Amino acid sequence: MAFSPENRGRARTIVARYPQSRSAILPLAHLAQDQDGWLSDEAMQEIAELTGVTAAQVQGTCSFYTMFKRDPVGKYLVSVCTNVTCLVLGGPELLEEMRHRYDADPDVTVEEVECLAACDGAPCMQVNYDYHELLTPDAAAEVVDEYKSGKRRARTVSGTAVVGGGRA
Amino acid sequence: MSAELVTLTIDGKEITAPKGSMLIQAAQDAGIFIPRFCWHERMKAVGMCRMCLVEVEGVRGLPPACTTPVAEGMVVHLQKDNVQKAQDGVLEFLLINHPLDCPVCDRGGECPLQDQTVAFGPGESRFVEEKRHFVKPIEISPNVLLDRERCIQCARCTRFADEIAGDPLITFVARGDRTEVNTFPDDPFISYFSGNVVQICPVGALTAKPYRFRARPWDLQTSETTCQSCSVGCRGAVQSSSNRLVRFLGVDVEPVNQGWLCDKGRFGFEFVHAPERVREPLVRVGGDMTEQSWPQALEVAAEGIRKAIDLHGPGAVAVIGGARGSNEDAYVWARFAKGVLRTDNVDAQLGDGLPPEVVNGLPEAMISDCDDAAAIVLLAPDLKEELPVLYLRVRRAAAELGVPLIDLSPRDHGLTKHATANLRPIPGEQGRVAEKLLAAINSGTSSDPQIRAAAQAVSGRDGNIVVILGRPSMAESADHTVAAAAALAASPRVRFLSALRRSNVRGALDLGLSPGTLPGRVTLDAGRAWFDAAWGGTPEARGLDTAGILQAAKAGKIHALVLLGADPLADFPDRKLAREGLDAISFVVAVDAFGNESNRRCDVFLPVTLWGEKGGSTTNLEGRIQRMGRRVSPEGTAMDDWRIAAELAFRFGVDFDLETVDEVTDEIARLAPAHLGVTSRLLGAARDGAVVPLADHRDALVFSSAGVASEFGWEPIRPGTVPDEAFAAAQTANVVEASGTGSAGVTQPGGQGPGEAPSDEEIDEITAVDESAVPDVPRPEVLVWDRAVTSPPAPPPDGYALRLVAGRKLYDAGRVTTSSPALANLAPSDVLLVHPSDRDRIGVTDGGSVRVITARGTTVLAVRGDDHTPSGTAFMIFDQPGEGAAEIIDINQSVMDLRLESLS
Amino acid sequence: MPITETRIVTKRLRDRPDDSWTIEGALASGAYDVLRTALTMTPEAIQDEQVKASGLRGRGGAGFATATKWSFLPKDSFPRYLVINADEGEPSTFKDHMLIERDPHQLLEGIAIASFAVQCNLAFVYLRGEFALGYDRLTAAIDEARNRGFLGNNILGSGFDLDIIVHRGAGAYICGEETALLESLEGQRGMPRIRPPFPAVAGLYAKPTVVNNVETVSTLPHILRMGGEEYGKLGVNKSTGTRIFSLSGLVNRPGNYEVELGVTFRQLIDDLGGGVRNGGKVKFMIPGGASSQWLTGSDEHLDCPLDMDAVGQFGVMLGSGAVMVYDDTVDPVLVAWRLAKFFAHESCGKCTPCREGTGWIEKVLYRMSHGLGRADDLDMLLDVGDNISPGLNAPFSQTTICPLGPSAVSAVVSLNKYFRDEILARVATATEVSA
Ligand SMILES: Cc1cc2nc3c(=O)[nH]c(=O)nc-3n(C[C@H](O)[C@H](O)[C@H](O)COP(=O)(O)O)c2cc1C
Ligand code: SF4
Ligand code: FES
Repeated sequence: MAFSPENRGRARTIVARYPQSRSAILPLAHLAQDQDGWLSDEAMQEIAELTGVTAAQVQGTCSFYTMFKRDPVGKYLVSVCTNVTCLVLGGPELLEEMRHRYDADPDVTVEEVECLAACDGAPCMQVNYDYHELLTPDAAAEVVDEYKSGKRRARTVSGTAVVGGGRA
Repeated sequence: MSAELVTLTIDGKEITAPKGSMLIQAAQDAGIFIPRFCWHERMKAVGMCRMCLVEVEGVRGLPPACTTPVAEGMVVHLQKDNVQKAQDGVLEFLLINHPLDCPVCDRGGECPLQDQTVAFGPGESRFVEEKRHFVKPIEISPNVLLDRERCIQCARCTRFADEIAGDPLITFVARGDRTEVNTFPDDPFISYFSGNVVQICPVGALTAKPYRFRARPWDLQTSETTCQSCSVGCRGAVQSSSNRLVRFLGVDVEPVNQGWLCDKGRFGFEFVHAPERVREPLVRVGGDMTEQSWPQALEVAAEGIRKAIDLHGPGAVAVIGGARGSNEDAYVWARFAKGVLRTDNVDAQLGDGLPPEVVNGLPEAMISDCDDAAAIVLLAPDLKEELPVLYLRVRRAAAELGVPLIDLSPRDHGLTKHATANLRPIPGEQGRVAEKLLAAINSGTSSDPQIRAAAQAVSGRDGNIVVILGRPSMAESADHTVAAAAALAASPRVRFLSALRRSNVRGALDLGLSPGTLPGRVTLDAGRAWFDAAWGGTPEARGLDTAGILQAAKAGKIHALVLLGADPLADFPDRKLAREGLDAISFVVAVDAFGNESNRRCDVFLPVTLWGEKGGSTTNLEGRIQRMGRRVSPEGTAMDDWRIAAELAFRFGVDFDLETVDEVTDEIARLAPAHLGVTSRLLGAARDGAVVPLADHRDALVFSSAGVASEFGWEPIRPGTVPDEAFAAAQTANVVEASGTGSAGVTQPGGQGPGEAPSDEEIDEITAVDESAVPDVPRPEVLVWDRAVTSPPAPPPDGYALRLVAGRKLYDAGRVTTSSPALANLAPSDVLLVHPSDRDRIGVTDGGSVRVITARGTTVLAVRGDDHTPSGTAFMIFDQPGEGAAEIIDINQSVMDLRLESLS
Repeated sequence: MPITETRIVTKRLRDRPDDSWTIEGALASGAYDVLRTALTMTPEAIQDEQVKASGLRGRGGAGFATATKWSFLPKDSFPRYLVINADEGEPSTFKDHMLIERDPHQLLEGIAIASFAVQCNLAFVYLRGEFALGYDRLTAAIDEARNRGFLGNNILGSGFDLDIIVHRGAGAYICGEETALLESLEGQRGMPRIRPPFPAVAGLYAKPTVVNNVETVSTLPHILRMGGEEYGKLGVNKSTGTRIFSLSGLVNRPGNYEVELGVTFRQLIDDLGGGVRNGGKVKFMIPGGASSQWLTGSDEHLDCPLDMDAVGQFGVMLGSGAVMVYDDTVDPVLVAWRLAKFFAHESCGKCTPCREGTGWIEKVLYRMSHGLGRADDLDMLLDVGDNISPGLNAPFSQTTICPLGPSAVSAVVSLNKYFRDEILARVATATEVSA
């Protein structure tokens, strides 16, 4: 979707901050995901306009990065690490279990990710980029369910903190 | 500029190379081929494919030759086991995910990946895992298909689109081994240059729709030739299979096109075999055109012309056209019309060009002067639309080489975003603005900020100022452009590059196909004695140009007209006048390959040969004469234009005694003063052609071919390496046998070095003309323009009117592109684009209708707001079929002012 | 005597677990005091008398001397940029993550000192996109520091101006490589650049640029506080000072430990990490992050000092300061496969050998770790690896642009070096079973 007027203003501020406007592609793509929950074609077109490049160039850049989702994801993005420390401390099993549990839940998208730099908390995962460590499958599911029930406040799927109902 | 040289050795062979050049280029120039996929000498190195790995003593690991600068004393090894192993390893990596579909791949037979694998690769793959898969070919543009499975991720296409064409609409998507080239969804690679990516793709990932499955490389025959789509005159190699043209590739000629072609040139040859082509002579019998033999048709044509002359004198005959043929065609037609018929009512331009004395008499720039000019001044139509490969050159000069671009165009266009200063004179104001510009350049300052910016950009830069000079709009008189040229020509630093559009318009003007001139850039008066002696006669007085001819015809004074590949109804700016003029002429001879609106009611149709079927030479916009290659035999009984003129002359009792096209070339070399010495032998041997007047450009002649021959285009094709009949005769020793790519260190003849400059004696020998066969009077002087300007500047528009700008598109019928802002706004023909503020002032919304009141009358048109059209002007596409600006342009107006009234 | 930590860079965050990241907590423990002094020195004095004298080497991976790197900046060429590499993505490295979240003011103070020393007025922090809390804390810290005059125009009345932009990455390990990072910062795909030119000459926006790691820069205030020479006395040989080691895997107390360089692997694992879980023994260790070759649990390896140069004798490096520990229960082929999978996923795709080779290695190791190995797989992998990293040496040579491709070969080389017999025996058994 296109930026809301408010976000378009933010986008312009971000572009102006950099010595060259193309630098704003990543921040604007994050902003678009904050708004929409994914990175749509329309958003990329608008980013292209704002940064003075073609939509193809925005796509070329954004598609390089795993955090940018080209298809809508659930409200909760559960990222489970299976890299070499989590590998031996239950990461793969955690991933398997989470995939299984939330397979049919449209609010939850489970993905496998590379090392999250929290290996002393292995196995670990992030929910919308907030860390949860030293997990068992049950503990992990409990965390996700707390998000779903509103007990925990989630960031956007691009990891931006949500302040007072609006977005930071 | 001679750079400092360093000495290094490669496999024990000592070579020298300019300091700072890359090893791969240095080796190539010395005849040593280092394998590569991603490196292309016309683009920045990316060092991606890693095929060019070499060993450099003292350097850890194996650096890639394409990103390693040469250094004094460097010792390089290619023929060592570690280098070979690494290169074989890269080849193996490239193949593990590559499909095994060579038998059905267009590149099969000319694919370096296939060649090297067959030659050096292992028989069996060690890779037993599943290959990567993508959906088979996807259409990335109307003409280009992409098979992502075959892609080796060399980034040649994406770099071309970004760096060279400036249309970054294809990019890498995703990363790692999932990387693919693609467009943005629903935003295809619409670029006038899309075909180049097919040519430079090393594998069969990119294929061109027109060529897919049409031929196998080993069935192709190739001739080097010159593109005839516009007056840039790009060099290319035309290929045929079973006497049909199937493919056209760019040849890398440094001073002209550096290997690139536009899509119109590349894909435009198919018309040669079009079913609707006229293949036999036609004569009107009882209202219908019927096929007749050549002798009969020629007789009818001669008879009709003769009758007009007998009854009304030579001035009753006119010839319009000739800018689409060869120099030889133009010369023989000039000789026939002026020397035999004695009419000077001859014009190769259709009221859309510049006066011949301006074009032929200006101090000239070369295309390559753009690269290091003090500044480039655009006083021209949209180059991207009209002269695409010149656009690439200017774009590169401005975007990459830092040459300031000063724009005097009436509205935004393809180069606007690269311009240093946008002066934006309204039509009719160019002369005044040019005067101010020159004054500012001389004084270094101006009160106008844009003019000041222009002057500041030029200040401190050495060299000449290159003015690209053409008609920015069809809706204004040429006088305004001429006035601007005259103003600028006051500076000794200013040189001009004429931006005329039709392919050989320069050759036609040079060779006398315009009123008041004779072949070789001489005026009728200056050349009369010489050509009277040579031809036996010349016209009595200066004749009419196309506008004059049509007006005279309307007044009943033209009784026979030859349309020499011309269609005034489509091309003449004032369609009403064209219609009325043509309607009034009783006898019309069409010398053409196709029927068109204008020649529809002709009395005789004489079918001509087309590009690919004929030899001879053409002259590009900088005055460079280059050969055309004959690749297929003509369709039907089509005849060369020049031969038709000679046959007609014969029917008027004059035997030109010209048997072959080379004889025509040699007669031009002998008789046309500016062309002195440009013999058929010279043209056969000169790698980059010859620029006239030759006396001023002898230094630039290169006779040798440029090194390694490449039968195909993924590597730059060197000029002079593709044999054709004419070349073969002249070149013998110079032609290098075509050969494949080879593996590491296979020594092959090298790249496009400076080329051997021939000695003075060699040049004298090859340019010698038969002095016993020239007239016994002094050779006339070549024209120099006196900068006389005939008309005063146009009056400023009144506050209510908008001034019309009419421009052309590369593709005449709406292939609208969404990629570039300058193009995105292009509307269907009957839309008038105005600045949004003007639209609002008139009180219409986009698409709303207005009554347009002009000197011509009143029409109704739709209007749309457009940021690229300055306020106070209105833009319309000139040459849309049927409709367009031609309907409202009145050639008697020096500018067209429109008053608009809202109808909604 | 068991060793203990030498807490310098980690002092504040250990001392003040509840508020180390706030401006109040930071100021209460001396933050920005050193900056005030630094701004009274000359840039040259900071470079030479402090940083150079300290012997500080980069903590990001390559271990290049920081003062030397700064000295490559061409004189009189401005603007210049300082870019902080906070993209920490090297598997099992988690020190920068902690420093950013728990002591952002220390980082900011370091950035201000470094910027002043290299005369740059705009610095960037390229922050790993997944560090959401880190982003919040760092940007909040910047706001607080600016409000109090530690950043912005005319810092502490010195006339020195500095602005900092925090730029979030978006999930690409390769963007930790400094030239890929610069590409990414310019809004491009994060693909490493061809060198030359080096960033010091033409980096961000083609301007002279220094790229330094978070820990490197966070150390600067302490060097100035202690005095460069004094700091240089810490550590061993050319590995001066302290480093934070991220200890992970099958140890009892995984975590970040800041120690003086020169302590041994054994001391780190046993004294600080509490030894291997369940009383087990080290089977193999991966020091330095995923890119390094491996070590075993031999005495020779365990007693090797954490010295950036000395570890080279075993073909390994200290890299980013990670130490992963595995015991007998772990299949080294499985670990090797997972590392290969990581590199294949993270290869930027620019170089053919890396783009195609990492995927190939991953596919073969997958088979091998899932009971489908063939007798010649290991040798074939070595040969494929040789085409990415000719000679299979350490430090490696490479047919690629950056070290990511060759990094993927390290595990294969290590498997062959230490576990060849085990692997071949396993293939033989599997073949027998299936026959
Ligand atoms: C593939 C790859 C990934 C890297 N990742 C990081 C990283 O996440 N953080 C880091 O500081 N340096 C990383 N580096 C090292 C940087 O390129 C660079 O050397 C370092 O940031 C310089 O800072 P220093 O001199 O302070 O260590 C990486 C290098 C490579 C080749
Ligand atoms: S080695 Fe791999 S990650 Fe590094 S530049 Fe080459 S392809 Fe990219
Ligand atoms: S890496 Fe040198 S040609 Fe591709």
